[in-house]
Amino acid sequence: MKVIVCVKQTFDTEAKIELKDGKISDAGINLIINPYDEVAVEGAIQLKEKGVATEIVVITAGSDKGMDAIRTALAMGADRGILVKQDTGADEYARAVALAAAIKAENPELVLAGHVAADDGSSQVPTRIAEILGFPHVNVITNIDIAGGKATCTTEADGGTAVIEVAIPAVVSSQVSWNEPRYPSMKGIMQAKKKPVATVDAVAVDNKIKIVEVSLPAAKTAGIKIEDDADVCATKLADWMKNTVKVEVK
Amino acid sequence: MAGTWVFVEQKDGNIRKVTFEMLSELKKGGDEVSAVVFGKGVEGLAPELAKFGADKVYVADDAIFASYNTGAFVAQMAAMIKEFSPNALLFAHSFNGRDMASRLAQKLDAGLATDAVAADISAGKGIFTRSIYAGKALAKVEVTGSPVLATIRPGVWEVGSTAGAGAVVKAAVAATAGDVYQVEKSFAATVSARPDLAEAAVVVSGGRGCKGPDGIKLVEQLADLLGAAVGGSRASIDSGWLGHELQVGQTGKVVLPNLYVACGISGAIQHLAGMSSSKFIAAINTDTEAPIFNVSDFGVVSDLFKVIPILVSELKK
Repeated sequence: MKVIVCVKQTFDTEAKIELKDGKISDAGINLIINPYDEVAVEGAIQLKEKGVATEIVVITAGSDKGMDAIRTALAMGADRGILVKQDTGADEYARAVALAAAIKAENPELVLAGHVAADDGSSQVPTRIAEILGFPHVNVITNIDIAGGKATCTTEADGGTAVIEVAIPAVVSSQVSWNEPRYPSMKGIMQAKKKPVATVDAVAVDNKIKIVEVSLPAAKTAGIKIEDDADVCATKLADWMKNTVKVEVK
Repeated sequence: MAGTWVFVEQKDGNIRKVTFEMLSELKKGGDEVSAVVFGKGVEGLAPELAKFGADKVYVADDAIFASYNTGAFVAQMAAMIKEFSPNALLFAHSFNGRDMASRLAQKLDAGLATDAVAADISAGKGIFTRSIYAGKALAKVEVTGSPVLATIRPGVWEVGSTAGAGAVVKAAVAATAGDVYQVEKSFAATVSARPDLAEAAVVVSGGRGCKGPDGIKLVEQLADLLGAAVGGSRASIDSGWLGHELQVGQTGKVVLPNLYVACGISGAIQHLAGMSSSKFIAAINTDTEAPIFNVSDFGVVSDLFKVIPILVSELKK
């Protein structure tokens, strides 16, 4: 079974966001694989270790900088990579169209991706890819079993946990709690350098979303801070909760 | 053109609060506001939807909609959009909302603004403020084309009291068994007497300073007294003291309660991204230098193991 994993390079989640010329500045920012995608890569590798997956192809859309994300996934254990060269201003629609075209050419049986990217937080691209390819999809999974042409997925649904079955080929997006991604070994990093990475141009389509303005939220200012004995602290905090916040006590 | 639609989030006839928030907010504008509900035996929900602003209630009632499945719901909505041509359609930014909206948007070759915290919809144009980088930045975006699609974060709007006429429009059932591609084998509801983290008015969270299950018990005790949801920082999730679904922060949930109480949480950027938009923030931490105090309205530098029991008894007075 051929598995494709979609990855995106994002800012480190500990990064402080600053603006430059009305855009988010990437100066001095440490870039990582989107944590949700990293989990998808690990999930694919585990499927290969179980003998379910035979080949893992990792794909990203964007600038040459995305090559680092591909190399990291290859060092973890993916077999080869595809970089879909695309303007970094592409929206979710344009990215989904570009990725789906490249995925279709690979004819996979399973497409994995993180359910959301830690940067734009849009959580659209995997589902859009499924629609373009005409595949079923399941989002926010914490487990997957493949057997008899079906993928049985545990998902974090609203208000509980659901087990959803779909026929493959399918698109499945991961929740971070699915697994604990491995660190690439030194051997893996060396091998990754020799693994093939193809570069293709994105299908050109217009965005459906126009960015009007990017801003930073108003900085929260520090309020009252009390350093005193626990009983004084607790009493004053209780007064504040009752009189300022006006909490209801059950 | 048929105004703005709100897709109703309901399970077993219980409508989620975010649906009322969207109806109420849209009712403030001049355009027609409609609620769209899919389910089995759901026509009776119309008066409740009217109470919060729905001028019309579109109902698709059929066994195929008894529980959420993307394929049938998207097929139905696409058919109804074709028939009634709404200007805009809003979903909750929930598991089902973003799942359905994303697939629908692609089916319609349309743009979609997810996780919006503000909206300006008029004359078929939609401009939304989206929270990006888990709230560390805001992007104002225009969804071009028609209809305008967006998912709205729960809790950003108030539930109002302006009613609409609530005229029921029964929609023809367009979804067929062939549209269903997901089979729900089982569903285990989260058994909790506490409110949902994403919608709670008060959230009490525990972090590394809780030191273990005993500290978390104190957090839970305070939460239950305040009718609050319990949350946690990455440290308490990674240590296994709380389930992942309770993580607040960039790789967890973003919360917007009236009051957020951070217990033993230092305030890493990752965590602050998920909670610093709360209306009131209280913090209990032994480290006076903890970054959580930079965003707190009321901070106490003290040991949570001593403070919480006294706080609980003071609040009970």
